Amino acid sequence: MDYSAAQSGFRQRKLQHNMRLRNSSVDGPDGGQLFDDTSAAGPANQGVYRNQQAGPQAAGPPGQSFLSDPMSNLAMVYGSSLATQGREMVDKNLDRFIPISKLKYYFAVDTVYVGKKLGILVFPYMHKNWEVSYQQDTPVAPRFDVNAPDLYIPTMAFITYILVAGLALGTQNRFSPELLGVQASSALVWLIMEVLAVLLSLYLVTVNTDLTTIDLVAFSGYKYVGMIIGIIAGLLFGRLAYYLSMLWFCGAIFVFMIRTLRLKLLSEAAAEGKLVRGTRNQLRMYLTMSIAAAQPVFMYWLTYHLIR
Amino acid sequence: MAFTLYTLIQTAILCINAIAVLHEERFLSKMGWGADQGVGGFGDDPGVKAQILNLIRSVRTVMRGGVVVNSGGYRVLQLLGERICDNASWCI
Repeated sequence: MDYSAAQSGFRQRKLQHNMRLRNSSVDGPDGGQLFDDTSAAGPANQGVYRNQQAGPQAAGPPGQSFLSDPMSNLAMVYGSSLATQGREMVDKNLDRFIPISKLKYYFAVDTVYVGKKLGILVFPYMHKNWEVSYQQDTPVAPRFDVNAPDLYIPTMAFITYILVAGLALGTQNRFSPELLGVQASSALVWLIMEVLAVLLSLYLVTVNTDLTTIDLVAFSGYKYVGMIIGIIAGLLFGRLAYYLSMLWFCGAIFVFMIRTLRLKLLSEAAAEGKLVRGTRNQLRMYLTMSIAAAQPVFMYWLTYHLIR
Repeated sequence: MAFTLYTLIQTAILCINAIAVLHEERFLSKMGWGADQGVGGFGDDPGVKAQILNLIRSVRTVMRGGVVVNSGGYRVLQLLGERICDNASWCI
């Protein structure tokens, strides 16, 4: 870019500033629908830039004459400011219903984390330290801490479960495209009911915990990993393999949930393994046990009809 | 068991309605579940029974203006739901 060699001065800087404004507003929302000649302004941005330096030579792409007219310049700036305003309003209103910024935290994963987490889900018996590390009162993003819950694995596992269920139904000649939707809504309803039941029981036992609803959704979604592997084993190797792998994964998810929830629900002393008497701690222990025991039940309930 | 989202909504409405129609004088007080019998200790441990009573009382307070469900409102909802479910091949 040889713009620095061309004419300098106030107008040059103003043009560059306008160019950057236009750049950001075109890339932000779907700028193609807001500005008529995005095709000339988009990829020919560099071309327009160079043409500005070469002076008012009219032999250029149509963007140049478009830009040199002050009225259309004004209209373009006004349009881009309208677009930015609109986008901010949509973002603000959407953020009220679905906490998007909080959701972004749960998807901040990377490959290493996913690999380690899947390993812990399959074999939780060797993992020693289950505490979530904090950083000034907020939990650390999943990328930096294996114990933090995330939403990437549950979402992917849920979708894969629906696809594998379709596959299993297809091998038994029971498939039709509506069944995918039925399976999806059925599994979603069970998930919602489970999360609501856990929330209700947490409210009744008055546990002071920092488990959010999204955390509970994440924990309820981790069992889909075991279900997928169980169904695939059943498809490939028969019913015995299905029962064996379900047994293994039921045990694994049971231990995983107990070890994870123990640190969040129980008080400090009880979490370390000492026996603390008192009805409150007993209730909390029962609550942890029942949440963990509900997982294998759901795992079996949602998969047994797929293996005939 | 094929649950749909509509079934979930139906279940939720029916359950909330069931809690909302529990009568204070005739029923709850007789069973020792009245609104004045729950707030016992102001300590740090409300206990399960106090929480349940709180929950029942708050559901009744919220639904006081809307026991629409018991009237024809529920029948209308049901008809609407059936029509939607009949016309669509998926019934989500």
